[in-house]
Amino acid sequence: MARIEFKDASAVVIIGSGAGGGTLAHELSRRGIKAVLLEAGKRQSLESFSQVPGEAFGQLTWLDARTQSGNWGVARDFPSLPVWHCKTVGGTTVHWTASCPRLQPWELRAKTTYGNPAGTSLVDWPISYEELEKYYVLAERRLGVTRRNGVPGLPASNNFKVMFAGAKKLGYKQVHTGHMAINPRPFDGRGFCIQQGFCVQGCKMGAKWSTLYTEIPRAEATGNLDLRIESTATRIEHGADGRVNAVVYRDTQGREQRQSARLVCVAGNAIETARLLLLSASSKFPQGLANSNDQVGRNYCHHITGFVWGIFNKPVYSWRGATLAGVVEDEVLNDPSRGFAGGYRMELLALDLPTFATVGLPYGWGRDFASIIENYRNISGMFINGEDMPRSENRITLNSKIKNAYGLPVANVHVDEHANDQALRKHAQGQMSKMYEAIGARRVILGPTPPATHNLCTARMSTDPREGVTNAWGQTHDIKNLFISDGSALSTPGAANPTLTIVALALRQAEYISQQMKARTI
Amino acid sequence: MPSPVRYGDTLCDQLPSAGCFARMSVIGLELPRRAVGVKTMNELVTLNRRELIKTTTGMLTGLVVAGSPLALLARGRAWAVDLTALTSSEGTTLMAVARTICPHDKLEDAAYALVIQAIDSDASKEENTRKMIQEGIASLQLGFAASSENDRVETLKKMESSAFFQAMRQKTVQGLYATPMAYAYFGYEGEAFSKGGYLLRGFNNLRWLPEVPLQDSGPMPISA
Repeated sequence: MARIEFKDASAVVIIGSGAGGGTLAHELSRRGIKAVLLEAGKRQSLESFSQVPGEAFGQLTWLDARTQSGNWGVARDFPSLPVWHCKTVGGTTVHWTASCPRLQPWELRAKTTYGNPAGTSLVDWPISYEELEKYYVLAERRLGVTRRNGVPGLPASNNFKVMFAGAKKLGYKQVHTGHMAINPRPFDGRGFCIQQGFCVQGCKMGAKWSTLYTEIPRAEATGNLDLRIESTATRIEHGADGRVNAVVYRDTQGREQRQSARLVCVAGNAIETARLLLLSASSKFPQGLANSNDQVGRNYCHHITGFVWGIFNKPVYSWRGATLAGVVEDEVLNDPSRGFAGGYRMELLALDLPTFATVGLPYGWGRDFASIIENYRNISGMFINGEDMPRSENRITLNSKIKNAYGLPVANVHVDEHANDQALRKHAQGQMSKMYEAIGARRVILGPTPPATHNLCTARMSTDPREGVTNAWGQTHDIKNLFISDGSALSTPGAANPTLTIVALALRQAEYISQQMKARTI
Repeated sequence: MPSPVRYGDTLCDQLPSAGCFARMSVIGLELPRRAVGVKTMNELVTLNRRELIKTTTGMLTGLVVAGSPLALLARGRAWAVDLTALTSSEGTTLMAVARTICPHDKLEDAAYALVIQAIDSDASKEENTRKMIQEGIASLQLGFAASSENDRVETLKKMESSAFFQAMRQKTVQGLYATPMAYAYFGYEGEAFSKGGYLLRGFNNLRWLPEVPLQDSGPMPISA
C-alpha cells in the first residue's frame, strides 16, 4: 500500500470505499494513478463479520445522527434512521443483497417516456443505453453476475419456490433466481454461496461481491493506493481558480488533517455526498460546491419499497438461503393503463427473526402482532423495488439545529411522496397479495417501508447544467476536477437495484478521468 | 466446578445469539467480562451471594423450562436475573407489560426477564430513563400484573402515546426476539456459517409446491 504525503498535490482523493469509490480506486490505481481513499468506517473481514443480527447492524451501519421530514412512512416508522447504509471499508457493498438488474433503455429516457408528470423533476439521462450497456457487460463480468456470460443461476430456495408458484399462477413469465453478484460456484478468489441467509450481516464465504475483498485489496496491491480508515471528510477546499485542491478530514484520533489533491471524487452515498458538498460552502461558492444551480441534494430518490408477507399452513423456513435470490420482472415496464408511470420489480426477501419483528412488520402490539410472529416458520416474503418520481423538494439539506461530534450540521432527509409513488406501491402490493393468495396464503401482511437502502440522484447527471450537478461522466458542471462517483450521480432511479449501475458508471468514469489526466485537461 | 469463563465460552459455542446473554453483566459479581447475566440459582448462591445482595435492588426469578436453551446450560432448576435500578416488584410489573405487548403464552419467562434486565440496565445508566420507567409503572393501576389480559390491554391502550409505553414496546420487540429462547421457540435457526450454511440443511426442502425448473433456478454447487 502506498503512503502519500499530505502535501502531495498529484494525488486523486476518493471519499468513500463502496461500490463507486472502491471500484474507482481500483481502476485508477491499476492505471498507475496515485489515489488516497478516505473511508469513515473501520475495516472488517470475513472472519470479523458478526452473525448476531443486532451486533452486525452496529458493526456495519452508518449511525451518525440524521433528521428527516415529509410524509413518507419512514419518517413515522423509523424516525431516527431515515436511511440504512454502511460505514465500513467496502461501504454498502458489505451489507447489500447483491441483486444486479440493469436499467432498461426506456428508463434512461424517463422524462420523455413518462411525459413529464406534474410535480416531478424528471430528466433524461445524458447517456444512451447503448453506451451504458458496454459498461454493464464489463461490470457483470467483474462481479460474476448470475445468468450472464454463462454463469449459472443460484438454486431455488424454499422462499423462492413459494414466489415462483404464486407468480406462475398469475401468469408471470419473467421469474427466476435473479441476476445476482453471488457466486453459484467459486470464482475470482471468492467462495460459493452456501445459502446462509446472512447476506446483510456480511457474507462470511465472500460469495457475494464486495469491494472490501475484491477491488480494494487489488488496488492496494498496485502500490498506488493509500487507504485511510476511520477518516471522515468534513470539507473540500478550492483555490482562487475555483478548482478543488484539498480534502479536510478527521482521522482515527479525531485530529483534523488536510490532504492535497489534484482532483476529488465524492462517493459517500447520496446523503453524505450531498452533505459534504453543502458543508464545503465558501465565499466563492456560498451555496456549497457544484451548487451554482441549486441542484445539490435535490431530486433525492430512494425507490418505492415495502415488505409483503404471506402466512401459509405449512413451513417455508424463509431465512434459509440467499436473502434476495428471486425476482419477478414482468412489471418492469411503463404501462400507463396501470394508473402510474414507471415499473417495479418484485424481489424475494427474508428477514432474520429479530429484524422481522423490528423492521418487517407494521407498527403493532398485542395478540394480533404476536400471532404473526408465532407463524414465523410458515411465512414467505417479498419486497417491492419500484421507480420513484424525483421531486425538487425531496432533498438533503443541512440541519443546523443538530450538530455532530465535530460541530457540523447533520443531514436532514425530506421526502413527500408523489401520487405516482403511492399508486405504484398500491399496485405492487395488490399483485404480490394475489400471488400469495393464489397458492393458499392464510393471510397476507403489508409491511412498512423500511429505512431507505437505495439512496440516489442527489447530485445527478444532466445534459442541461440547470437541471443537475454533473455531466455524463460524473464531472461536476461547475468544477472540472470535482467528480461524483456514487449513486448520487444517477439521473433517475429506474426500477433496478442500483449497485450494478454504480459500478458500470465508475468503470466508465475511471476511463474518462485517466484520459483527461493524460491530456492534462484536469 | 467450572469457572465462569468456561461457562460463558460454552454458552457462546452452543448458541448462535449468545451475545444477548453476554451483554448483560451481573453487577456486583466479580466475574470476567465474558461471564453471562443469567445464572442458575445454585451458581448465584455459590458464587457470591453476599456481594449480590449488597449491590442489587431487585431480582427476577423463575424455573428453567425443560428443552429451553437455558436448560442446556443450567445446572440447577431455577434462574435469576438481577436488577440494579428497579425493585423486584417493579420488575414483575414490567414483565406483565412486556407479556401484554408481545403475548406468547408458551414462551418462557426467562426470555421476558432478559428484556426487563436490558431496560433495568438503561435505567441504571440514565437518570431520566429510570424516572420515566418508574413513573410509568406508578401510573399503572395497582395489581396490574395480576389483572386479566383484557384489563392490561385496556390500560396500555390508553397510554399508547406515552414515552413509557413507546419505550416498553420498542425494548420488548427489539429484545425479546433476539433471545436464544425466542430463536428456539419460533424455530429460527440463526447463524449458519459454522454449520456449512443451509445448502445441505434444508434451504430447498419445501415439498408442498412444485419444484422450480432448472432454467429458472440453477444447479446445486455440491451434492450431499
